[in-house]
Amino acid sequence: MNISQDKTISLPEAVTKFVFSGCHLSIGGFTASRNPMAAVYEIIRQKISNIHLYAHSNGQGVDELIGAGCVSRLEIAYAGTGRFAPTCVRFKKAAQSGAIAIEDYSNYQMTLRFMAGAMGVPFLPTRSSLGTDIIEKWGFSRQMRSEDPRLPDQKLRVMDNPFGSWGDAPKLVLVPAINCDVTIIHVQKADLEGTVRMEGLSFSDVEQAKCARHLIVTCEELVSSDFLKAGPDQNQIPSFCVDAVVHIPYGAYPTACYRYYDYDPAYLNAYRKNAEDDALYNAYLEEFVYGVPDHQGLLNKIGNGRLNAIKADPRTGYAVGLDRR
Amino acid sequence: MLDYMLKELMTLAAARKIKDGDIVFCGTGISMLAAMAAKHICAPNSVIFFETGAIDSLLEEVPLAVADSRVMFWTSVNGNLADAFATMQSRITGPHVVGIMGAAQIDKFGNLNSTAIGDYFKPKVRFSGSGGACDVASFVGRTITFMQHEKRKFVPKVDYITSPGWLDGPDGRKKAGLPDGGPESVITNMATMGFDDITREMYLTGFFPGITPQQILDNMGFDIDVSRATEVAPPTNFELKILREKCDPQRLILG
Repeated sequence: MNISQDKTISLPEAVTKFVFSGCHLSIGGFTASRNPMAAVYEIIRQKISNIHLYAHSNGQGVDELIGAGCVSRLEIAYAGTGRFAPTCVRFKKAAQSGAIAIEDYSNYQMTLRFMAGAMGVPFLPTRSSLGTDIIEKWGFSRQMRSEDPRLPDQKLRVMDNPFGSWGDAPKLVLVPAINCDVTIIHVQKADLEGTVRMEGLSFSDVEQAKCARHLIVTCEELVSSDFLKAGPDQNQIPSFCVDAVVHIPYGAYPTACYRYYDYDPAYLNAYRKNAEDDALYNAYLEEFVYGVPDHQGLLNKIGNGRLNAIKADPRTGYAVGLDRR
Repeated sequence: MLDYMLKELMTLAAARKIKDGDIVFCGTGISMLAAMAAKHICAPNSVIFFETGAIDSLLEEVPLAVADSRVMFWTSVNGNLADAFATMQSRITGPHVVGIMGAAQIDKFGNLNSTAIGDYFKPKVRFSGSGGACDVASFVGRTITFMQHEKRKFVPKVDYITSPGWLDGPDGRKKAGLPDGGPESVITNMATMGFDDITREMYLTGFFPGITPQQILDNMGFDIDVSRATEVAPPTNFELKILREKCDPQRLILG
């Protein structure tokens, strides 16, 4: 908890301070939307490894962290970027080779797990997944679970409804809370203290933000507190949850940030092709991640032409007529 | 005779199954197109919603992911995942939801695998995982599943049950503790299938023009009853016009 009035900090400093090898990290966003990509690339540049990563349906950010070898364990519901990669390619390769340990849940279960962590309860119940292999097959061994005090001893539990016939749900699946070391989200607007305004869909970013010991917020625009207070119904996260605020325009690029810019189909399509081949993927990392000093360096490389093409139209919030083939 | 693609007939076959007033949960791709087409063709008062929390999106352009900014524009409510799944788990709204799904494998009871082929712990092919699919299949009143009609996809036993169908038969869901509801139909590039009210086993309801029931069976890893099947009506001019001009004019999904 950081109660200072100005939490702005550079991205390299924020990552150095809060993200460490072996940490339990969760990243916000969904498939090809509002992934905290600038932070993901910075984590890769700082060569932080052995990360225990949590997400629900996070696509591009998860795949790049796995591809760069930063992740050893993953708890997730879905790894894909929509039509750009129905299954994330580096994720797929890592799963098939056994390079990372994976624990599968559903999207609602991951959301409830973040919510339980945010609420301060050890678990929340749902009726999802009864009768399925999500219950039967555990990706993390009992030994792995017992050896890490930051993991619950069990993936989940099925129990009879303790209220009997009340609620007409005879059995429930209890999913354990997540309380990670750090969460990173990318949002549209924040003030110096860290109050957050997300526009469009918030996905599970609020629950992810509040379940973490530390929260890094990267934002498109740094705005005044008065501006946010003039529209409080549109704000989602209070400043006392936030440890670091990083102003980083295009911080979700190449994923989309509603009302600011669209995803970049050219980048995501090229990424998928490179990801299929180890040599090409290493060349991609060298050129686009290690080969640039920071996110602005990546944006300079992409160039104004492409950034203008994905600029959001003010009426719709996305790039109308963008060539998305 | 009308000139149309199989993918177009598949989309329309699903659209025809959407009833006016349904709350339609859809994923990306062809399922989204089916939901969009239904609103113009047979279910003007259906509401499209996405697991990301967007409700009644206008969809001026086809979204390429359920988190695409295109689902956020001109909606009635922009919510979040917790809201969206609660809508489906709710005993009040859940039964009115029809979920449109897809999978890598399906068995005769409509159980779906979208996680892994082979041994889960050493997968031959790994897929994206459940996403919201398991939640939808667990909660909602009825589901429609799109499949490619191939022997390796219609299997006697799925390698991993990601999303529950009728599980092991008539009492499967009840025994497991799941809500009422379950798989209603399966739509492929050759046929439409339903599930018997008593046995909950898959059976052939329709074959696409030019396809015989035998061809359909030849492309499945288990036998199904074909005695109740009739030919699926080809797309009408009106349906094709809606699909091509209103739903996917850039042919991003139809190709």
